[in-house]
Amino acid sequence: MQAEPLIEAEGLAVGYDGSPAVEGVSFALQPGERLALLGPNGGGKTTVLRAILGELRPLAGTVRVNASCGTVPQTERSRLDYPVSALDVAAMGALSRLPWWRRPGRRERHAATVALARVGLEQLAGETFGELSGGQRQRVLVARALVQDARVLLMDEPFTGLDRAASERLEALIAALAAEGRGVAIATHDLEQARRWDSVLCVNRRQIAAGAPAQVLGREVLEATYGGAIVELPGGHGQAILPPHHHHHP
Amino acid sequence: MLEPLQEEFMRRAIAEMVLLGLAGGAIGCWVVLYEFSYAAESLAHSIFPGLVVASMAGVPLLVGAAPAVLVAAVAIALVGRVPGLGREVGVAVVVTTMFGLGVLLALSPDAPPGIQELLFGDILGPTDADLIAAAALVAVTVVALRLLHARLLATGFDRASAAALGLSPALVDAALLALLAGAIVVAVQGLGNLLVVAAFVGPAATARNLSDRIGPMIAIAAATAVVAGVGGLYLSYYAGTAGGASVALAILAAYLLSLPVRPLLARRAASRPGVEATIG
Repeated sequence: MQAEPLIEAEGLAVGYDGSPAVEGVSFALQPGERLALLGPNGGGKTTVLRAILGELRPLAGTVRVNASCGTVPQTERSRLDYPVSALDVAAMGALSRLPWWRRPGRRERHAATVALARVGLEQLAGETFGELSGGQRQRVLVARALVQDARVLLMDEPFTGLDRAASERLEALIAALAAEGRGVAIATHDLEQARRWDSVLCVNRRQIAAGAPAQVLGREVLEATYGGAIVELPGGHGQAILPPHHHHHP
Repeated sequence: MLEPLQEEFMRRAIAEMVLLGLAGGAIGCWVVLYEFSYAAESLAHSIFPGLVVASMAGVPLLVGAAPAVLVAAVAIALVGRVPGLGREVGVAVVVTTMFGLGVLLALSPDAPPGIQELLFGDILGPTDADLIAAAALVAVTVVALRLLHARLLATGFDRASAAALGLSPALVDAALLALLAGAIVVAVQGLGNLLVVAAFVGPAATARNLSDRIGPMIAIAAATAVVAGVGGLYLSYYAGTAGGASVALAILAAYLLSLPVRPLLARRAASRPGVEATIG
């Protein structure tokens, strides 16, 4: 007996200017679940996230979102000199609840402080956002989603550019958020990571497969997802995908 | 130092400059953070035909500038929708058309003398109406920026996530552009069509180099605009140079002085403990 899913997509097709960037997407995100969104760059991972946010309307099928969604995007380089502190950014999460003329006050800043402590950054609350490391910035954005009280977190390649320690720390945080009953959908390139999570959704212009990692992540699915760009890791460590930096988003 | 203050026209000019500096400095911070500098420049030039027509008809310049800015805004929106033309092309087409129309009118035989004033401003001769308009602009700016502050900050920071936070980037942009347009319409009479943007972008760019928080940035920008503006008026008084151009030069000087400070701020931040990858 499962609770109502946080997000449910059925035959979803979304894209730009009327032509689908990804189609045939059917999956459900349950409370407490970590969902890995796998696929090559340009394969439609970000497009699926944007459909969940309601930024793109379905060209076909449906996506039902039954919970508030918080986003954890990659920080654009150009925004790194934006004049805000980590606390300012976390407090922005409160805007979803405040009427349009109100700015975050003492209560909201307190909530932001609590959220920063939750992600282990209370010491750095007063630092300029852009001067934090990549992993710290991701965690500040998680804190913003917590202040927003988002039950679903949508993370777009949050591990890109993080060193091992930062990655492990972020992954532990994601596990803790899921343990609280939040759903977390994470676009990622790391297959080994995806295997540790609860479900996967593989897309490459269309849905290749969805379900539990152990059942889904076989050789055929991976080849269909990534084309030929899979390499066998030596020593029986499974497969990895080639670094995708020669691709680009549409 | 006090001598210029004994002149009625200098007292009025300083009052006008202080008011425009406060509004321009504060709005300018958002113009810079939203990368709207080109839009600001474009709005200012698009007003030109309205100014010329008002001047020919002998009505207050505000009466000509307001409809011109509306026409420009609508035209930019429409041209931007033509398939294959980007927004930048739309802006460029509309601005050059509007400015060209203004020049055409200004050089016609019916045009009264004094077109120069429209291009370069008349900061030394504000009328009572000008001063009242500038004071009203400051009041509107303070109220609007206070109300919009949190949304402007959050939307400018992370446009892609704005919708998830219940914000509408299009609405926030429109509100900021409307405020900017109104401010330019008021300020253009004093600072001139060609130089008005300096008062909106220069002080904010200076403040950007001197602060890494939005509150101080706005305060520094407003202070810079006021100090440089009044400094420019003094320069104009003693050196006999054109008012608007002297103000623009003083603002540029402030910006150049601020340049070396920026790396110092960054170095200070990098030397604090815990900030770099140690915590990850």
